[in-house]
Amino acid sequence: MLVKPLLHEALCNGCGLCLTVCECGALVLVRNVIKIIEVESCGYCTECELVCPTGAIECPFEIVIEDSIEITIEE
Amino acid sequence: MAIEIDLLKSVPYFLGLSTAELEAIKQHVFEQSAQRNDMILLEEEASQAVYFVVSGVVKVFKTSVEGKEQILCIVKAGESFNDIAVFDGGPNPASVIAMTPVVLYGITKTDMETILRKHPNLATNVIKILSKKVRHFVSLVEDLSFRHVTDRLAKLLLEYATDHGRISEGEGQRPRLTQQEMAAMVGTAREVVGRSLKALEEEGAIRMDRHRIVVVNKKLLQEMSGVTGG
Repeated sequence: MLVKPLLHEALCNGCGLCLTVCECGALVLVRNVIKIIEVESCGYCTECELVCPTGAIECPFEIVIEDSIEITIEE
Repeated sequence: MAIEIDLLKSVPYFLGLSTAELEAIKQHVFEQSAQRNDMILLEEEASQAVYFVVSGVVKVFKTSVEGKEQILCIVKAGESFNDIAVFDGGPNPASVIAMTPVVLYGITKTDMETILRKHPNLATNVIKILSKKVRHFVSLVEDLSFRHVTDRLAKLLLEYATDHGRISEGEGQRPRLTQQEMAAMVGTAREVVGRSLKALEEEGAIRMDRHRIVVVNKKLLQEMSGVTGG
């Protein structure tokens, strides 16, 4: 399953800054709260996280060594 | 939920204690759960207890008056936090927040004093644990004082790829770090972390694979971070 940015809806103030920087159209405001509608097109650029003034969007990274990814594919 | 002896046995504090001793200690242990981003302890508040992470991951951090965050350490299953406040009687030295859903065991300051009186051999374990923590903080001071940001980030990536980046670990046991959290760990701004990650990718040390930072040249990261071997 494709990992998407984490949204904390309670923190969203509906300012829409994230929409202005999202180049892939993955985000939308629904009743003044941000939602991710197109997960497949989200490239995880983290720009939305960067501009969010309230910390409502987080883009956490897994840190892995290359070998362990190969193990995942084999499994 | 009942406190499990097997889980207590896996905590370094209680290494070498007999099942009978653990059964006695168990009476003093309480359990606490938290969700991601739940605040567990607040800096400078009166200390209540020492905590052991049973599952999940928490971060221990300080916040400046300007709101800048410095992460002191990430605590994972089997490890403890807030030890110092329990032993020196001072307030919580740092704040603690859950990075994943967590289950914690805790022992209050008063109960820990009782336990240490009844089981003095536990003190040796405590000394070892506190010494390890001092060593960690000495290393952190060295990094913040003497290393460049990209080198500090290289060291962080190396530590996390080695310590946490194994697929065999459960998802909840593998902390995922935002660029803000990485910045707070290496003592810089979030924007600098973004630039440093790009620099490391251009040098061929890592590959950004969407939500993954893949270490592709461990040796190069080791050279940058001054870590030998592995």
